[in-house]
Amino acid sequence: MESGLSATRLGSGVNWIGVATLYRREVQRFLAVAAQTVGGPVVSTLLFLAVFGVALGRHAPAPGGVPYLVFVTPGLVMMAVLQNAYANTSSSLLVAKVQGNIVDLLLAPLGPGEFLTGMVLGGVTRGVLVGALTALAAALFVPLPLANLALCLFYAFGGSLLFALLGVLGGLWAQKMDHQAAVTNFVIAPLTLLSGTFYAVSSLSEPFRSIAYADPVFYIVDGFRHGITGHSEASPLAGILVVLVANGLLGVLCHRLLASGWRLRQ
Amino acid sequence: MTKHDQPAAAIEVEGLQKVYPGTNGRAAKHALKGVNLVIPRGSIFGLLGPNGAGKSTLINILAGLVRKSAGTARVWGIDIDEAPRAARAAIGVVPQELTLDPYFPARAALELQAGLFGIPKAARRTDELLEVLGLADKATAPARSLSGGMRRRLMVGKALVHSPPVLVLDEPTAGVDVALRQQLWDYVRLLNRQGTTVLLTTHYLQEAEALCDQIAVMADGQIVAHDTTDALFRRVEDQELVVDVSAPLGAIPDKLLPFNPTLAAPQRLVFRFAQASGNVDEMLGAIRVAGLQIASVTTKQPDLEDVFLQLVQGPASNGEGMTG
Repeated sequence: MESGLSATRLGSGVNWIGVATLYRREVQRFLAVAAQTVGGPVVSTLLFLAVFGVALGRHAPAPGGVPYLVFVTPGLVMMAVLQNAYANTSSSLLVAKVQGNIVDLLLAPLGPGEFLTGMVLGGVTRGVLVGALTALAAALFVPLPLANLALCLFYAFGGSLLFALLGVLGGLWAQKMDHQAAVTNFVIAPLTLLSGTFYAVSSLSEPFRSIAYADPVFYIVDGFRHGITGHSEASPLAGILVVLVANGLLGVLCHRLLASGWRLRQ
Repeated sequence: MTKHDQPAAAIEVEGLQKVYPGTNGRAAKHALKGVNLVIPRGSIFGLLGPNGAGKSTLINILAGLVRKSAGTARVWGIDIDEAPRAARAAIGVVPQELTLDPYFPARAALELQAGLFGIPKAARRTDELLEVLGLADKATAPARSLSGGMRRRLMVGKALVHSPPVLVLDEPTAGVDVALRQQLWDYVRLLNRQGTTVLLTTHYLQEAEALCDQIAVMADGQIVAHDTTDALFRRVEDQELVVDVSAPLGAIPDKLLPFNPTLAAPQRLVFRFAQASGNVDEMLGAIRVAGLQIASVTTKQPDLEDVFLQLVQGPASNGEGMTG
């Protein structure tokens, strides 16, 4: 019987078709409502830029000699990247749990690594896509030098990966919309807003400066800004290490939680 | 897998236990208390029991949705602990709840599920399933626009995308109209003839009676009876002989006491007996010996509802032993 063969085949090896299907599902979900998931963040970022350009642009300091609008634009782009990567995985998991169709994923022969890969790549795709469109739109109004494309890509992918993993964690934990809203408002928004997005961390007084240096998101924003403007506050090597280590630790944690069935399988 | 290495049992469960931990001040629940069960390959097997008996917990463990606390379980000969992914690939589950993702119309939902099960595009049977389940003309309609019956059929289709040798239907016809119920039954019989082993949980006892060749009854986390459908009927007092007599009775005559009848009305005696052990001729003879004149006699056919109630209530009430 063919089904017996498929059962045997899936006993070993990776269910690549399953991973690719899950990834496509995650991408189709946000593309189906692209005005909300892609268009919205682009418009929000442009509105932020308009506010900063009109109200603050002439008076705000320019860290590293960079004009303030050039300084703040990478922060805004990275904020959109991180928030959207998080939103994709967390909302996908929570909505599936609330609607009950999470069973489609749980019944399928997907191991924790395969499940995590498909989900997280969907979040990374949304984060990077929103980031790219936001950057392109901002570049129409703000001259962005793009000092180092490789660094930009590293931090865009590394940052969206980290927040897609955080989204998996949040989506696993949350049992209702209220939980998700609490995490988004009290964890994700402060993390993305207060990590050097709008200001130079080096200009902060203690203990806020030390707190900021202990925040991994600061290194992501700072590293991405380095890729755009050529100026950074932290050492580029430290930023790369922080992104790699944070992603590694969070990836292992998510994998273990999925393998244990935490909040998914009773 | 060839016919030669197909397992004799589609599902084997041994000493299966599940304890749901207590939360928010609620006590822990011992949902399964050491269940042993063998479901033969090729059968249509009914799992009956009241709400909270443990039926859904049992099938959810087989499907990988619930983690067992103790015991072993094999699906199509595959241990769910040793090879969970292969075990999941061998089973198709139609959950009780209608849980469709509104983003995906019927065709997309079937394609998606087939992909998640690792089925290559060329080997998919999306069109065949849409056709046989009567959803071909609704293939691209939004999931929200499907009627309850169509959604139920789509759920069945999703469980079949990988041609599983074992199909589990958890209350498949709950809230479904009679015509659709008959359609689903016909399709289940067809799948069974094609070699699929079917495990069915249901509250509709008529459904189990019509479809199943074996039945297990669960109550309070245990199997309280497991036999062929015919044998279950034979074993319990599911036969009724209703005798109307020509004159009112004040009490049951002594001559009839060995048969333990009830006086349902002043002129109506009701005898309950097991099909295998009852002797209608002896009862009618005793009525005549008691000097009563028979006005009419009617018999009631076995009703699975009665079987079920007697089995759940335990041996004390029906005077018969149970196996499980």
